[in-house]
Amino acid sequence: MITELGHFALILALFVAVIQSTVPLIGAARRHVGWMAVGRSCALTGFGLTALAMLALMHAYVVSDFSVINVIENSHTDKPLLYKITGVWGNHEGSMLLWVFMLSLCSAAVAFFSDNLPPALRARVLAVQGMIAVGFLLFILLTSNPFLRTFPPAPNGHGLNPVLQDPGLAFHPPFLYLGYVGFSVAFAFAVAALIEGRVDAAWARWVRPWTLASWCALTIGIAMGSWWAYYTLGWGGWWFWDPVENASFMPWLVGTALIHSSIVVEKRDTLKSWTILLCIITFSLSLVGTFLVRSGVLTSVHAFATDPERGTFILLLLVAAIGGSLTLYAIRAPALKGGGLFAPISREGAVVLNNLLLSCGCATVFLGTLYPLFLDAMDGPKLSVGFPFFNRTFAPMMVPMVIAVGVGPMLAWKRGDLLGALQRLWVAYIATAVTILVAWYVTYGGPILAVLGLGLAAWLASAVLTEYAERIRLFRIPLADSIRRAIHLPRSTYGMSIAHFGLAVSVAGFAASAFDKEAIEIVKPGGSIAIAGYVLTLDSVDHIQGPNYTAEDASIRVTRDGQFVTTMHPERRFFPLQKQTTGETAIRTNLVTDLYIALGDSDTAGSWTVRVYWKPLVPWIWIGAVIMAFGGLVSLSDRRWRVGAAAKAASGRRASMVAAAGE
Amino acid sequence: MKRAFFLLPLVIFLIIVGYFAISLRPGHDSHELPSAMISQPAPGFDLAGLNDGKPLALDTLKGHPFIVNFFASWCVPCRIEHPLLMRMAAQNHVPLYGIAYKDKPEDSSRLLANFGDPYRQVGIDRDGRVGLNFGVYGVPETYVIDSAGIIRKRFVGPLNAEVVEKELLPLLKQLGQS
Repeated sequence: MITELGHFALILALFVAVIQSTVPLIGAARRHVGWMAVGRSCALTGFGLTALAMLALMHAYVVSDFSVINVIENSHTDKPLLYKITGVWGNHEGSMLLWVFMLSLCSAAVAFFSDNLPPALRARVLAVQGMIAVGFLLFILLTSNPFLRTFPPAPNGHGLNPVLQDPGLAFHPPFLYLGYVGFSVAFAFAVAALIEGRVDAAWARWVRPWTLASWCALTIGIAMGSWWAYYTLGWGGWWFWDPVENASFMPWLVGTALIHSSIVVEKRDTLKSWTILLCIITFSLSLVGTFLVRSGVLTSVHAFATDPERGTFILLLLVAAIGGSLTLYAIRAPALKGGGLFAPISREGAVVLNNLLLSCGCATVFLGTLYPLFLDAMDGPKLSVGFPFFNRTFAPMMVPMVIAVGVGPMLAWKRGDLLGALQRLWVAYIATAVTILVAWYVTYGGPILAVLGLGLAAWLASAVLTEYAERIRLFRIPLADSIRRAIHLPRSTYGMSIAHFGLAVSVAGFAASAFDKEAIEIVKPGGSIAIAGYVLTLDSVDHIQGPNYTAEDASIRVTRDGQFVTTMHPERRFFPLQKQTTGETAIRTNLVTDLYIALGDSDTAGSWTVRVYWKPLVPWIWIGAVIMAFGGLVSLSDRRWRVGAAAKAASGRRASMVAAAGE
Repeated sequence: MKRAFFLLPLVIFLIIVGYFAISLRPGHDSHELPSAMISQPAPGFDLAGLNDGKPLALDTLKGHPFIVNFFASWCVPCRIEHPLLMRMAAQNHVPLYGIAYKDKPEDSSRLLANFGDPYRQVGIDRDGRVGLNFGVYGVPETYVIDSAGIIRKRFVGPLNAEVVEKELLPLLKQLGQS
């Protein structure tokens, strides 16, 4: 009964979305206030309905309703409650429902927080979001309905893929989707602006918080996915250039370009058509990401739906959404008026460079990811380009970018003084040189590129700190005045510094991964492995019983210079239902280095293969990502977004007057 | 001129869509590649066995239908396929023989020690010569060979459960009966 209610709610949501995508648009064209207002109530109703559908499916999972096919295929009574709930989006149908739920959440948020938006713009934005919702709701209802029943009910379910039964992965999709779908708001704003033919500073100020929020969610989502891969897959790697990872990374790269270029639109009223294009591309890549994962055009660890029929549907959806918006762009963008001029060496110039490098980086990843697809279409050999391609093409592009991130914020708008900026960065030169020398000395004979990578991180970190010190004129004016300046700096400035600093931390983590040490040995209980000054002794391997698995649990005693450090417990879990074995790595971290153990197979002689890695700075990769996302949130809390400039207040007043007149 | 510039994103997009559409066209199965070698005698091989095991030679394998799987420790899709191979070996008792393609023998043994060994025997194809004779594009690739040593089917890329259930096992059964 509840399942049918969910199904019914979803169908209703489709009808509401159809109204949302048409009526406000006509209203905006005819300046009919009542019609425009429909968008708002539709968005809120649509959110309620999809939330209801989501809850209904969750309910089916929680009570293990095995008359629902989706539950049979992905759940089991023995599964812990947490994974029953997260199992809802651990499969194709459920994850699409999550997608639509997130979309309706975004629409509702736009409807809710848009009091100061001109009603026509709001109506158009909501209409565009309604169109996206129509597409995805149709997709779910026609090709991937999670509410289908079967009779007679199955006695029990097939269970969720054991690899997916993990807290890291359980919460990774919601963040990722929030990021993907959040960019739909920027997309909707871009399309609305193209329809209106007007992009100004106020527009950028409305778009920016949405972009920032989605960017933060996507950053966290990607970091979680990479962290999951790191501790689950048991090879110590944290990024595999897998198509699905790339699918989430591409919108991140363009989204990063977007948050920067929209600053220029806001502050300097230029780079408009480029920013609009970035809005469209960012969301398009989110859609392509969904398409890549769902259609099975590329084989990948993550792909859980391989069905050409769905693929064709999504392809049509993509053509309508991306093709439609790009056609609109081709027609309307040339008419957008360019704003302020700027010299190549200026803050704007730095943002253009940043955008150029990020877009080229994204194009590289795109080519590398789809290269097998292009070859395939030509019936050429099936190859994937893999690690070497990305490392050789992507990394060299990001090096100048990271260097430029250090300088860019030091330049003034319109016309910057590069020489002056470079002179003021003298502390950064010293810090970089010292870091390189120390790293080179410590790791003598090791990979020299990684040493330079650490130097790069030091450069960025010290440049960020220098820029901050310059801003508050530290040591140039009395300390009390500096502190006063620091307090009055806008939050968005802090956000920028924090996010850039986070990037530096991550870069250090990326670079240091070249210093990893690895030992793979076959040991009997009592045997030991030596790595990076640690001695690891395999004390025993016990058989333990988990909720829905049995496991071999190794006790490994870690000592350093004869001193006891800790005992670590890597496991191998066997899930009888799926007849699948997964590894559970043991990681000891002190936030600077990780000691990482994965337990391998045992042989008949009673010895186990044990893989041990010593990984310096690897936690910094994710710490950096969290710092970046935090920077984004700090910037998001800037009062500018809430208490706007005079122009915005004026338009808000006008809006409320129009609204009042309508009522 | 300026207008053409704004058309560029749309044009690029349409080209990409074309590629997507082609790879989704009906009958375009990404796991099956036509091969000039189908219905041809398998190229002969006589490879040193991994871990000092018996040498793997085509002539000694003939007499029963069997499966040859090219793999390598450096190949990520092989790891995806691996649990399935384990299951095929354990549940269906499939006569599965491995050829370690362009791989260091110690790496191959380590892979099999870590993840389990589904193969009855493994031959070392260090320089990839046998792979070349078979026309291997990349690993993993799987060949079904009948008792007379004729190649009956070729699977490119990692096998999946559906392909194994619907194509590989029935074919093997049919070859075993005739």
